[in-house]
Amino acid sequence: MQKLMTRKISTVALAGALAAGLALAAAAPPAGAQTDEETQRGLERFRQMLREDPWANPALLDADRGELLWTTAAGPKNATLEDCDLGLGPGVVDGAFAQLPRYFEDAGRVMDVETRILWCMQELQGVDVAAYVKRPHPSGGQPVKDVGAIATWVANRSEGEPFAPVLDDAAGRATVAMGEALFNRRSGPFDFSCATCHSASGQRIRLQELPHLSQPEEAQVAIAEWPAYRVSSTHVMTMQHRMYDCYWQMRMPQLEMGSEASVALIAYLVDKAAGGEIAAPGIKR
Amino acid sequence: MRTIAFAVALALAAGLPAAAFAQDEGPSTAEVDAVIEAAFPGLDEEWAARLAPDETMEQCNASANVPSDAVFEEIRARAAGTIVYPDDGVLVGSWENGEKLAQSGYGMRFSDYPPRRENGGNCYACHQLTPQEVSYGTLGPSLMGYGKLRDYSEEAVKAAYEKVYNPHMAFPCSMMPRFGTNGVLTIDQIKDIVALLMDPASPVNR
Repeated sequence: MQKLMTRKISTVALAGALAAGLALAAAAPPAGAQTDEETQRGLERFRQMLREDPWANPALLDADRGELLWTTAAGPKNATLEDCDLGLGPGVVDGAFAQLPRYFEDAGRVMDVETRILWCMQELQGVDVAAYVKRPHPSGGQPVKDVGAIATWVANRSEGEPFAPVLDDAAGRATVAMGEALFNRRSGPFDFSCATCHSASGQRIRLQELPHLSQPEEAQVAIAEWPAYRVSSTHVMTMQHRMYDCYWQMRMPQLEMGSEASVALIAYLVDKAAGGEIAAPGIKR
Repeated sequence: MRTIAFAVALALAAGLPAAAFAQDEGPSTAEVDAVIEAAFPGLDEEWAARLAPDETMEQCNASANVPSDAVFEEIRARAAGTIVYPDDGVLVGSWENGEKLAQSGYGMRFSDYPPRRENGGNCYACHQLTPQEVSYGTLGPSLMGYGKLRDYSEEAVKAAYEKVYNPHMAFPCSMMPRFGTNGVLTIDQIKDIVALLMDPASPVNR
């Protein structure tokens, strides 16, 4: 509780600092006087400052909201999510994220954290997840939706632990193999696949550096921070949202949250990141 | 017993997916296609078409973008057959407009409908072009000085047009989009990008 209070005060203080920063930015010389490189350096300094204070990450507000959602009765069944089994038994949250994605006997499929939370909302609370899946991700400037807030909290409760997804059974191996095939599959009007941008080290889109995601060392760093506060869209972005956004950029249609493809891609990436230390929620561009 | 062995041998010879026989060989193309279709429900025909790789992409996907010599030639020939040249034979447009197209990444994302402006080429996402633009990507090679380095030759102008229209004619299984063949850019827009690369007055060459 003490910890929670401190965190809240700290995030409120940050909101004030951010507002002050924006006011300063408004008074700064007009855009164009600064080169993109300078802007990029400024953003990097801002991200660095957020990283230096462990309580300064706005995503922690969403994690608090996620905890509240987890413990508050809701849905037609008026139940909380406290009996949700994230893989380590009903109600066990600490360390559960580190072992996801994994196969769930009750659901008969491999699930990532968001797909599992959605499943628990349906099973325990009787929530109509079809309605939720229609608009699962926030637009720019809007806060992360409920499942994402809960996922942020759950992920944070594995912070500092190494990724150890349980994917060595038959279902897990098949899912990772599917994820790898999807990662490399080119289609759409631009002929893009995930690998178009993420299959070499040290490359960039414009000034944005791209992780080489089939390389464990780079995957560990890149995957560790999700869900993350995204400075450019001023909200938390989850891994499911990240996949959806990549397909948007690839000129593909809207990836369905919780689809087998979305879980397979996440399983492939987390499998590559195995052993890397979880640093969620992180801070991204 | 012998019949079963024979059937297996036949199936293997027919090139059936290896996944049917060994569990860790990865999913078959049909399995991957089914998972993709399920992940993008409720599409109209035009959007559904984006899920399916065409013949060239099927060949690139199957070979991890390193096609055999025979397939390489097949892709090259097919790409050449798709290229439409301007009626008047003029391949160079306006470099000023080409620069605008090179800057713009607008178009064909699901949030871009109905279109609010023309599609861009987004060249800077992957290539260095003019020395003035320092925010450029490195997925593709630097194109700074492109025309000058090629002495502004007529062959180089034609090759540049073809590379933007369909890069697989020069580089089978190239990572670059087929801007002309796939209807991303019009012939006039491609001419403008050719001008950005090949016009001696373009900042790319100065």
